[in-house]
Amino acid sequence: MLNQLTQYLQSTVTPGQAGSMLWATIYILVIFAGISLCVVFINWGERKALAHFQIRLGPMRVGPHGLLQPIADALKLLLKEDTIPANADKVVFWVAPFIVTTAAFVVYLVVPFGPQHAVTDMNIGILFMLGVSSLGVLGIITAGWASNSHYPLLGSLRSSAQMVSYEVAMGLAVISAILMTSFTPGSGSGTLSMIGIVEAQKAQGVWFLFKFFPLGLVAFVVFAIAMIAETNRAPFDLPEAESELVAGFHTEYSGFRWSLFMLGEYAAMIAVSSIAVTLWLGGWMRPFPNLLSGTNWDTIFSLVPGAFFLFLSAVTLYSTARMPKKLTFRIQTVGLGAFGLLLGAVGLVMLVPGVRERVQDIFWFMLKVAVFMYLYIWYRATWPRYRFDQLMRVGWKVLLPLSLGVLIVTGVVGLSPELMTWLKGVL
Amino acid sequence: MPANYVPIFIFIAIIAVALPVTLLAAKLIRPDNPQKTKAMPYECGVDPIGDARARYTVRFYIIAILFVVFDVETIFLFPWAVQYKALGLFGLAEMLVFLAILIVGYVWVWKKGALEWI
Repeated sequence: MLNQLTQYLQSTVTPGQAGSMLWATIYILVIFAGISLCVVFINWGERKALAHFQIRLGPMRVGPHGLLQPIADALKLLLKEDTIPANADKVVFWVAPFIVTTAAFVVYLVVPFGPQHAVTDMNIGILFMLGVSSLGVLGIITAGWASNSHYPLLGSLRSSAQMVSYEVAMGLAVISAILMTSFTPGSGSGTLSMIGIVEAQKAQGVWFLFKFFPLGLVAFVVFAIAMIAETNRAPFDLPEAESELVAGFHTEYSGFRWSLFMLGEYAAMIAVSSIAVTLWLGGWMRPFPNLLSGTNWDTIFSLVPGAFFLFLSAVTLYSTARMPKKLTFRIQTVGLGAFGLLLGAVGLVMLVPGVRERVQDIFWFMLKVAVFMYLYIWYRATWPRYRFDQLMRVGWKVLLPLSLGVLIVTGVVGLSPELMTWLKGVL
Repeated sequence: MPANYVPIFIFIAIIAVALPVTLLAAKLIRPDNPQKTKAMPYECGVDPIGDARARYTVRFYIIAILFVVFDVETIFLFPWAVQYKALGLFGLAEMLVFLAILIVGYVWVWKKGALEWI
């Protein structure tokens, strides 16, 4: 057992590559639990942030600042009656939520949280990710069809049409990032492996967002728009447009099955955000890994995660001190104080020398993904919903030509030295 | 490297066990009181008219066909992109020909009005 542990701590590759299925299983369980927990608390964060955008307070009653609200919600959903419509196709109705959730979670196999913090590093990583994440369409269309009701059918048709339309632009934007990996000096060919893509960015000394400026930026923006449409989020949340379709494809679902759809949707949001972070924003790399290199800078940046958590702890303890001094708030005050102390303890653990080198990659990756998750909420609070014909026009007539053009121009710019010598030879 | 692919099956096995088990376990504690009206399809409180699996607009079908064409073409571009620098100008010229054929088709589809929703 101890042997296994030291072997793990000294390894520099992912458990899948090392052939250690025990650690791969542990990683899978940690990711499964961790992502579910993230989804639950992003849900809380979304309700809180949306409330503050609209000058409300949001959930305040269950736990301090409503921190326990998502747990109460999960319990409520588990205890709700589960109805299946009489006309529904029972088997397909049963299977559909599992397809959506499985497709959303299996993607996390190849997400590189760090150079050795991925379950496995397949050499077709990004292709696997795109392929599996698009299987979610199957779950949505079966859910809509099996319900045998008008709203779900229309919702699922809209949803699948939207998802397949934006997938084309998304794939082309991904290809222009793959193209950039083939320009790594000394390697001669690109890579599809998720870890390889981040390492290519490190070797080239630039995030692909800024490579061949502004070509990388345009491809990233195309991807960022397509990924909102792909996950059916506002302003492209037509499949769930409350004013037209009640709740879209999951109108007939209730209780735990409905919560599986919710889990799948939020897990897919985190998954596509992590694709974007890996391809364009340098994945797990800390800011300026080449410019500010050296052991001194390494030490300074490895202290940031711990300091960040200590800062969060300080903010929480400050608001604990500001809680109203009334007897009715005593449990809430104690709870918030305990939460602050917990954050502080996490921060202190992250400062321990052996630990901080191991967790800093995960911290930077999650921080970048968290920015995307906040942007999702921000879009939802800011922009009105598109009309369906506008949505299709943006997908097919704007994003598709744009991503094709960016791909061709990236190819031409990348080979410009060779093109120049060829032109000189011809003239 | 087959060891790299084994975790896929572990993951699918874990999910295939965990989710249905949770669903069935919840069945023991949740109320179950089916009624005829409860099992009706939701239609804002009105009795549903006809079966839901009726005909719908042909546009969705066109979108599906277009998606297949463009997505297969995207898959063809993946190996090309990986080997781009090694292929050099030959790869660029080849892919420009491939994309030119596709773009001609795209322009035709656009002019034909298949991308219009109304």
